[in-house]
Amino acid sequence: MEVILDVTDLHIEFHDHDKPETVVEDFDLMLEKGEIVGIVGESGSGKSMSALAIAGLLKRHALTKNGRIMFDGHDLLTCDRKILRSYQGDEISIIFQEPMTSLNPVKKIGWQVEESLRIHHKEIDKATRKKKAIEMMDAVGLREPEKVYDMYPHELSGGMRQRVMIAAAMIAEPRILIADEPTTALDVTIQAQIVDLLRKLNREKGTAIIFISHDLSLIRQLCQRVIVMQSGNIVETGNVEEIFRAPKMSYTRKLIAAIPQIDL
Amino acid sequence: MRYILKKVLSMVLTLFVVSLCVFLAFSLIPGDPVTRMFGTEATPELIAQYREKMGLNDPLLVRYFRWFTSFIQGDMGTSYDYKIPVAGMIAEKIPITLTLAIMSFVIMVLISIPLGIYIAKHENGIMDHIISILNQIIMSIPPFFSGILITFFFGVILRVFKPGGFVSYTKDFGAFIKYLILPAVAIALPKAAMATKLLRGSVIEEAGKDYTRTAYSRGNTTNAVLYLHVLKNAMIPVVTFMGMALADMVAGSIVIEQVFGIPGISRILLTSINNRDYPVVEAIIMGIAIMVLVINLLVDIIYRIIDPRIEVEE
Repeated sequence: MEVILDVTDLHIEFHDHDKPETVVEDFDLMLEKGEIVGIVGESGSGKSMSALAIAGLLKRHALTKNGRIMFDGHDLLTCDRKILRSYQGDEISIIFQEPMTSLNPVKKIGWQVEESLRIHHKEIDKATRKKKAIEMMDAVGLREPEKVYDMYPHELSGGMRQRVMIAAAMIAEPRILIADEPTTALDVTIQAQIVDLLRKLNREKGTAIIFISHDLSLIRQLCQRVIVMQSGNIVETGNVEEIFRAPKMSYTRKLIAAIPQIDL
Repeated sequence: MRYILKKVLSMVLTLFVVSLCVFLAFSLIPGDPVTRMFGTEATPELIAQYREKMGLNDPLLVRYFRWFTSFIQGDMGTSYDYKIPVAGMIAEKIPITLTLAIMSFVIMVLISIPLGIYIAKHENGIMDHIISILNQIIMSIPPFFSGILITFFFGVILRVFKPGGFVSYTKDFGAFIKYLILPAVAIALPKAAMATKLLRGSVIEEAGKDYTRTAYSRGNTTNAVLYLHVLKNAMIPVVTFMGMALADMVAGSIVIEQVFGIPGISRILLTSINNRDYPVVEAIIMGIAIMVLVINLLVDIIYRIIDPRIEVEE
C-alpha cells in the first residue's frame, strides 16, 4: 500500500511555564492511503497535540517541535507556511471536538462549507461551488441542504453542526481527514451516526482518517489499526482486534476494562 | 422586519416618556412664566389675562397634550425672550451641531478601526505598547481641555486656523467644514482612544476562539482569518460602543462649541437656561433625545446586520 503520511520522532514541548513540559515524545505514525487509524488515550496523553501538529495548527509561540511530518515530499513541521497552507483544507482536513464553537457564528453555513474550495480551487465558479456544497451537505446527511445553506450555526443542533464541519472538511476531497474526538460533545445516538458517516466517506471517497478518541469501543467500530498513547508516549500500537484480544500493556488493559459492558 | 418594527415602536414609546418627563419637569419648577415675562411691570390683572391667553390655567395633562401634539407637528412654542417661534430659532443651529457631531464620529471611526486592528495584529509589539500608553493619556483628557490645547497649539502657535473665526455653512460650506475639523478632533480623540482599546481587546479575544482555528485549518492566511472571520465578530461590541459614543458626541459638542466659539445649539441652550426660556430648553432637550433615539435605532439595525443571532434570542 501507498504511504501518504509519515510522522517520525515527533516531539512537542511547551515553554509557557518555568520548566519545559514535554507533551508529545517520539510519536511515529505511518498512514496508508484510504486507511483508518485510531489514536486512543486519556486527556493529556498528547493525542490531540499530535493531531494539531499534523494539521499544521500548533500555535507558533511558546513551544518547540522536532521530528518530521512528511507529506507529499514536504516536512510539514519545517516547510514554508505557503506550502503548508496549500495542503490545509485541500489535502489535509480536520474536524474538532466542539461543533458548537468551531463554526463562525456570524457567517452562513454555505459560505463556511465552501471555504476550502474558495481558497484552493479558484477555478470553480460560484454556482458550481454552491452545487458542490449542497451535494456534500446532502452526502453527510443534512436534511434540506438548500435551506441549511442559508442558515447560521446557531440555528442548528450540535449533531447537525458536526455534520456541517464534516461537509466543510470533505468538500475539497482531502487525502487525510483528522477527526479529533468528533463525537465527544454529542449524545450517543448521534455519536453512532457520525461514526457511520465517517466510515461511509472513507469507503466512498477513499479518504484516510486519523480518528482520535478516548473511547476504545468507538475506535474498535471504525479503525483497523490503533495507537495507544499515555502521557505523551506511544505505549502500544497494532491491529485493533489483536489489541483487544491480547493487550500487551497494563494501560491498554485498563482502557479496555473502562469500556462499559452490557450484561445480558 | 419584525425586529425593526419592534425597535421603532419602543423608540416612539421612549420618546413619549421623555417628552412627559421634560414637560412635567419644567411645569413643576417654581416660577411663573408670565411673571417672568413682565418682571417688575407685572400687575395681577395682566398676569391673569396672560395666564388665560397662554392656557396656563388648564389642567397639567391638557397642557401636556396640547404641547406634545403641536410639538410633533413642528410647532415648539414661542420663545419668552425673543418672541419668535422656537422651531425657527433652533432650525438654523441644528445643522451646525449635527455636522460637528457627525464629523467627530467619522474621525473617531477613521482613527480607531485601522489602529485597533493594527495593534491587535501586532499584539505586544512596540507600537502596541506606545499606542496603549498614548491611549491611556488621551482617554483621561476631557474634550474641553484638549480643545483649549488644540486652540492654543494650532490657533495661536501654528496659526493654521483662526480661533473664533467661525464661518456659517450658508456663507462658505468649505470654510465651515474646515473650521469644524479641530473641534471635531477634540471631541473625537478620547472616544477614538476608547474605541481603539476596545477593538484591540475584541479582536484578540475573537482570534483565540475555536472558529479561527477552523479557519486556519482550511488554509486561510492570517490576514484572511482576520478580515474574513474575526473582524465581523470583533465589531459587535465596538458598534455598541460607537453608537453610545455618537449619542454622547451630540451632547459633548455643547461644551466644545463654547470653547471654539461655534454658534451651534449650545449657545441658545445656555442662554435660555439662564433666562428660564423654557420653551427653548424643552425643544432642545427633546431634539437631543430624538437624535439619541434615532442613533440607537440605527445601531440596532446595524447590529442586526452584523449578528444573525439577535432575532432568535428575543
